[in-house]
Amino acid sequence: MKPDKMEESIITSERYIKKIDSVSSDILRNVRINRGFILWMGFLSVALAATLFAYTIQLKEGLIVTGLRDVTSWGIYIANFVFFVATSLVGMLISSVLGLSGAKWIKPIARIAEIIAVAFAAVAGLVIISDMGRPDRLPNVFLFGRVQSPILWDVTVVTTYFFVSLLLWFLPMIPDLAISRSRISDRPKFLIKAYEILSFNWIDHKKQYEILNQAVRVLLILIIPLAFAIHTVTSWLFAVTPRGGWDSSIFGPYFISGAFVSGTSAVIIAMYFFRVNYKLQKYLTEDHFEKIARVLVLVSIIYIYFNINEFLVPGYKLKSIDAVHLKELFSGHYAPLFWSVQLLGLVIPVILLLFRRMRKPFPLLIISGFVLMASWLKRFIIVVPPQAHPFLPVQNVPAEWLVYKPTLIESAVTTASLILVIMIITILSKLFPVLPIQEIAEEETRAEAEQLNSN
Amino acid sequence: MSEKKNKKSSEDSKIDEALESSRRDFLKKVGIVGAASVTGAAAVYSGYRYEKSKSTGDTIKVLTEDNRLVEIPKDQVKDYKPGLKVLQTRGREGINGKRWVMVIDLSRCRNARKCVNACQGAHYLRPYEYHINTLVMQESVNTPAYYMPKTCQHCDNPPCVSVCPVDATFKRQDGIVLIDNERCIGCRFCMAACPYSARMFHWQEPLSKEADKGKEYNIELNVPQKKGTISKCLFSADRLREDVLPYCVSACPNGVFYFGDENENAVTNGTTKETVSLSELLEKNGAYRLMAELGTKPRVYYLPPKNRLFKFEKGAETDYKETT
Repeated sequence: MKPDKMEESIITSERYIKKIDSVSSDILRNVRINRGFILWMGFLSVALAATLFAYTIQLKEGLIVTGLRDVTSWGIYIANFVFFVATSLVGMLISSVLGLSGAKWIKPIARIAEIIAVAFAAVAGLVIISDMGRPDRLPNVFLFGRVQSPILWDVTVVTTYFFVSLLLWFLPMIPDLAISRSRISDRPKFLIKAYEILSFNWIDHKKQYEILNQAVRVLLILIIPLAFAIHTVTSWLFAVTPRGGWDSSIFGPYFISGAFVSGTSAVIIAMYFFRVNYKLQKYLTEDHFEKIARVLVLVSIIYIYFNINEFLVPGYKLKSIDAVHLKELFSGHYAPLFWSVQLLGLVIPVILLLFRRMRKPFPLLIISGFVLMASWLKRFIIVVPPQAHPFLPVQNVPAEWLVYKPTLIESAVTTASLILVIMIITILSKLFPVLPIQEIAEEETRAEAEQLNSN
Repeated sequence: MSEKKNKKSSEDSKIDEALESSRRDFLKKVGIVGAASVTGAAAVYSGYRYEKSKSTGDTIKVLTEDNRLVEIPKDQVKDYKPGLKVLQTRGREGINGKRWVMVIDLSRCRNARKCVNACQGAHYLRPYEYHINTLVMQESVNTPAYYMPKTCQHCDNPPCVSVCPVDATFKRQDGIVLIDNERCIGCRFCMAACPYSARMFHWQEPLSKEADKGKEYNIELNVPQKKGTISKCLFSADRLREDVLPYCVSACPNGVFYFGDENENAVTNGTTKETVSLSELLEKNGAYRLMAELGTKPRVYYLPPKNRLFKFEKGAETDYKETT
């Protein structure tokens, strides 16, 4: 992406310099360690400590403190892991798929999407550890790792995806850090120092932009197969087993399409939060919400399509093992959960979003809340019910083993992971510019210049 | 004054030195004599013991590992206790030249659950923790119900082994699928993958935590059991090493189990101790394997519940309460 003549003239124009001033003052206004930030982080830390106490009980007593037993041996930890990996995929969708296709409107949102990707991918790994019977033996995965096991694939790709996402959050921010370092003189010293180090002597040189754009472009392409890999492999944790409800050849795309739904709704919620709390109405406009709402509709419809395939085809054949599972979902024990997730979290949101009024920020926020919650519960439906009815009957075991009920401790440990995600998002969005200053200024200057030219 | 004092003190030190050196000499001598006499006494004593053992002629003939017959004094014979390293190495290799196989005759099972009890006793399991479980089976409303002892199927294409991330569960050359509780990380992927629900997990401290203290871990017995790891049927690999039938097989009062070596084409009934031809037994009785369509290739064969010896009784299921 060599900057052409016009672009070069934009970056050096006086209008652009002024634009940088106004945009950076709007965005850097929120970059500060104020009382609100300290109180919020303090609250999160206390909550985290309380929930981690629950984990120490689990460490001491064993997984007996969870609702998991020999019948249902994977529960909300694994469901939560799948949800986290799913949600982190949105970084790729927004920055790469939409960005590379030339959608200019995603520019202010891309960094928010990457923050979500980084936060969820980082904590996903910890969530898996909380499910392990012997977390002290984690090094065994590296000492004795067997490449045949999808767990090895998952560990590899999730870690890689996390680092690439981190780079995709950080690299495009270097010009912003250079812009900011001179404008945050009243902030704590360590922050100024950090900005100085992390901006790597950026001097706005043409050559620097060339190198940076090239690097980012390579990463944007690289992360597409990587993101597909992390969630496809996650789906294979289930699909490689012969169990009814998991033994599905479309699990990969089914998971990927579902991931875009949960990730997009998470980005919308974050967008709304930053728009209102950071007073960024000027940059996160109603038009942005309108556009991302359309993305949500698109990915939801794709997901509905995969749902139809996933449930209709086995439902038509009703092979004995699938029949038991589907009956539980459609009209049995899990029917209320299944139908509310499918309707309230998928079908009804799509119908509502067909109306323009529903694509305004606030209604969209509410709808996204439902979609995100349903996305979590959907992972529960994917993970838990297929285990309750294995091929052979479950007999001669304590009655409470037959139906899985998450315990308080399990819920607390899961809450800990959510708190961690929120903490990471808070730090990344409060200590660094949450919107790309340089890109917005450049874009606005260009738009204005074009308008002047056409006049 | 000071000069005088100095002089005196230097004289003193000379005397001190002389005294000191003579004391050192003395101690040295005593030390040498002492050490010599202790060594001498020890030599005399050991010679005495040797003579004594020789005079009684108490020896024993033993076969060494390299097949030599040697004679050693009886009082020097110690029980051989393999250490963890030996147990782990030989446990992973398996028994050379064998292909273990089990045949379960469903027409003879009446749900006595002696197999279950013997197994739980050997592996220190709670009453509801199973390596082997007896299930009530009924294919459809029109077909009769029957009892089915269910062990690990020791598949030749084991889904559990494929998915294990750390090679904690593995397939041995003699056909047995084992689990190494020293390595298992407790991810439970194998439980998810097993279509026979053959595996159990130690959700809490194992039953025998106190009794097991100081015991060397035996991979062929899964004892001491370990919290946070998987356990399952091992075809009693520890008994096979001693050429004894598995716990469940020999505990059955009704002749349900046959166990043996596929290479020898012979299986022995655990109750009657009668040895029969494996291929003949399978062929004559129309043997089948559980869920053969999954391609797991189990090493456990079932003989259909035809001409059953015992009537099926309702209410065979047992309710258990969780205990610590």
